[in-house]
Order: sequence, then C-alpha cells, then structure tokens
Amino acid sequence: MADLSDLYQQLIIEHNRSPRNFKKLSHPSRAAEGSNPLCGDQIRLEVELDGDRITDIGFQGSGCAISQAAASLLTGAVLGKSRPEAEALFQEVHTMLTSPPGAAVDTARLGKLAALAGVRRFPVRVKCASLSWHTLHAALQAAAEPVTTE
Amino acid sequence: MTSVRQTAAPGAPPVRDLARLRAEFPILATTVHGKPLVYLDNAATSQKPRAVIERLERYYATENANVHRGVYELSEHATAEYESAREKARAFLNAAATQEIVFVRGTTEGINLVASSWGRPRLQPGDEVLVSAMEHHSNIVPWQLVCEERGAVLRVIPMNRRGELLLDDYARLLSDRTRIVAVAHVSNSLGTINPVADIVRLAHARGVPVLVDGAQAAPHLKIDVRELGADFYTVSGHKMFGPTGIGVLYGKAEWLETMPPYQGGGDMIKAVTFAKTTYADLPAKFEAGTPHIAGAIGLGAAIDYLGSLDWPTVAAHERDLLAYATARLRDIPGVQLVGTAAHKAGVVSFVVGGVHAHDVGTIVDQEGVAIRTGHHCTQPVMDFFGVPATARASFAFYNTRADVDALVSALAKVRKVFS
Repeated sequence: MADLSDLYQQLIIEHNRSPRNFKKLSHPSRAAEGSNPLCGDQIRLEVELDGDRITDIGFQGSGCAISQAAASLLTGAVLGKSRPEAEALFQEVHTMLTSPPGAAVDTARLGKLAALAGVRRFPVRVKCASLSWHTLHAALQAAAEPVTTE
Repeated sequence: MTSVRQTAAPGAPPVRDLARLRAEFPILATTVHGKPLVYLDNAATSQKPRAVIERLERYYATENANVHRGVYELSEHATAEYESAREKARAFLNAAATQEIVFVRGTTEGINLVASSWGRPRLQPGDEVLVSAMEHHSNIVPWQLVCEERGAVLRVIPMNRRGELLLDDYARLLSDRTRIVAVAHVSNSLGTINPVADIVRLAHARGVPVLVDGAQAAPHLKIDVRELGADFYTVSGHKMFGPTGIGVLYGKAEWLETMPPYQGGGDMIKAVTFAKTTYADLPAKFEAGTPHIAGAIGLGAAIDYLGSLDWPTVAAHERDLLAYATARLRDIPGVQLVGTAAHKAGVVSFVVGGVHAHDVGTIVDQEGVAIRTGHHCTQPVMDFFGVPATARASFAFYNTRADVDALVSALAKVRKVFS
C-alpha cells in the first residue's frame, strides 16, 4: 500500500502553502505556459536570462499541492544555473519521476527535488509533479505553443 | 451531530434488505488499499448487479451470433433477444413504439446523432441552438461542431448560484431563430433536477423541439418521454447498472423518419446499388454495422433488474442519502457545497478550503473511498462557480449512510495531511 506521507511530505506541504518565487517578472527573457487538463493544473513560468544563466525565475498558477510545490521547488533548484545545467536537471527529474517506485534516488544530486520521488507510487499524479518541469523545458527551448501533460 | 438530525430524515428508511441488495453487486464486497470499497462515483459509472454480469456471460457462452442476418436458429435467437432488449428500453422510457428506440454507444453518441442528422440538414446561418449553463461537454461540443459548420449560434440558458436554471431567461431566449433546445434532465456535476416538462412546454409553444440528456436521470428517476413531451431523449447503459458501450436514443418517429442516416453500412439498408441506396425502416436506419448485441441484451437485463426494485422505497432511500451527506459535509469546517438546488438527485459536489480536489481524491482513495475529482466534463460550470475543480460524491441505491460516514472520516484525513 502506498503511504500518503510519501506523497505529501512535509516539504511538499510547506512549499504548497508558501510557494517560493510565486511572482511575475517585469522583463522575462523567456516564458511558457503549461496545463494539465485532467486536474486543471495551470502554470506560467517566466525566466530571466543573462547570457546562458538563469538570473531570475517566477511562476504563477493554480492547481493541486503536488503541482504547486513542484513548481516552487523547481524555481529554487534552477535559479543561478546555466541553461544546459537546468536542462540536465530536467532530465534527472524526469528519470526519477518515471522510474519504478523504490528505485534509488540520487539525493546528493537532486537535493530537495528528491521529495518528489514519493509521487511514483501514485501514477496518476506523476503529471502533476512533472508539469512545471515540462513548462521550464518549453520556456528554455522557446517553444511557442503552450505545453500540456495530457 | 444535531444538524444531521434536523436536516436528514429521521432514522434510516426501511430499504428492502439493503445488505441483500448490496450482495447482488459483487464489486461492493471488494477492497481497495486493504479497505472495503466505498463506491461513491456512480455518476461516472454505476456498478453492475450479478444479473447483468451473468446475462452477458450467458449470451457469449450460449447465444452468440450476429443479428438480422442468419436464417439459422442461433442467429434467430440472438436477434429475438436483441429486439426484446429494445422492447425493454421502450417500456423503460415509455416510448410509443420500438421504432423510436435506437441503440447507440451511449448518451454522447445519441446527442451526436441528433446534432448531425437532425441539425446539419436544418440549421441555417443565424439559427440558434439553446443549451443550458450546466451541460456536460457532450451536450455542448456536438452542437458547437454543427453550429460552426452551418453558421448557427449556440446560446446558453443561465443558472443561479444554487445551480438552478433561470426559466424566465430561458423563455426570453426562445426566439424565432431558435431551432432546437438541448438540456440535461439531471446535472452530472451539480445534481440539479431540471424542470424538463416546463422546458419542453415553453419550447413547443414556439414549435421548437427539445433533446433531453437523460444520462444522469436514468439511474434515479422514473422516465416517461411522452409525459415529458421530449422529442429526443438519450441515456447510457453503464450509468444505469448495465454494460458500457451501449445506450439508447429515443426519438419521436416523425423526426426520425425525416432524418438522414448517421452512419452508412450494413443493416441500415433495404437495397444497395452503385447508383442508389434505399435505407432501412426505423430504427435500423440508424444502426449501421453489427451492433453491440451483448451490450443491448445486458442493458435489457439491467432494465429488468431496475424493474424488480421497489421504487418508492429506493427514491426515499436516495433522498435520505442526499440529505444525510449534505448535512454531514456542511458540518465539516472549510467544506463548501457546489450545487444546492431545491430539486437534486444523489450528487454532492464540494470543495475543501485550501485543498485542491485532486489532493482530496488521492487522500480519500487511500481510505477505500472512490469519488470523482476534477471538472466532471463541465468546465463552464466550474468557471461559473469560480473553482478549478470539485470533489463529487454521487450515490446509487446500494449506498448506505455508512458510506457517507466513511467519506466524512476520510475527509478528516485530508485536513490532517494539510494541517
């Protein structure tokens, strides 16, 4: 039986209650919107780039605790990183979220993002956790179309 | 729990041996996450009694053959059973004749059939189709498709904050441009029972036909299409304790006669040459290809099953469940009900303050409680109430007050996780 405390870890609850970088940027270099029609999760992610480096990041949106906490954690994790570093982290998070429950998680590399690993026991909620990451990927790739996890 | 005693009927009503009735639904004895299943998602799909499950098995094990084709005994028997299911559906809806009963995949296909075969040849640029503010997407999108193609306009009957249609506004919306009205008998996301007979009367006074989406009404209400006066009425088998993939479209013969076929194929023709095809008579004209024979026969078994129930008692029990659930949910701090119409079927939509519906759904699932969370295919309703999603408990006659109690206990866990 999946344990709810795996999914709703204290860090997730706390980031949902007080999301970091929940703001609109005045001069975003890149922006993307994502939605998860099943849940109604919506997110707009804005990034300010100085050359290749993410110097500011903000998100706005609404949705379930997992989607909001994941977006908040994302902003903390990629702020100050270069685009390739952020893309590499996207790949790592993606790998973690799509690996079987119980598979090893590189906590040294992922840090707080490892808190999202609990979602693997709740397959229908994986999209909630990955939405902001797909949106970031789209923003960095400057994809024109809104992304969707459906 | 004084408020419960004040609001709900005193004591449990004398349902005819609820335990025995529940035992007729095998799935109700199963467990989820090690907890007994508490199934409160009946508006999405209902569970199946053994009578329906066994009827499907018997058909495939001993009666399977194609219908309307063979001259051999097995095919004749399958045809007789399939057509007998049509007669059961006719009686269930109290239609005048089996010619008016078309088997479809479900309510969605029933509406698409009417939008396509009735709407496409008739709608002209500037014509209006009236739907209500609480329609399921399946009673919005088919009309949008045909309106877009024909240059017609979709108009919306508004509702109030309780989730009740505003009949005065409806009467004003009916105009010389109105070609058809399409409304739900019972709202899937709010539970509202709409005054369909009044809606039909007002439309008919202007010569406008009415399609009724009866998907949510069939499991709860006695339906009489002639008393309602509906021109079209459509239901889904799986929501009324029958199989998935089968439903019924009732249409008045005078309309069906004038409508072109919805799909072409076998079984819907009299004669085919490369120059011209003559179509079959009703209802075969609308049943191209091999139909869902087992589904129709299974639906017939579900109708028989419903007929075996004591409906005044069932209705009283469902009213009690609704009143009890409404009172208990209202007692929970932070819970707000969405849809508080005076006339409701067994549907309770709600939001938990500060917690998204999907988090609610995941947490109560861990307690074995199955409810629907999301927009319920009624995004305009969610927009109207300013919520992204709701949690929805929907009841069938086999639910109990204990099921409601299990939901309320599970909601306490939600509070705990998010405290």
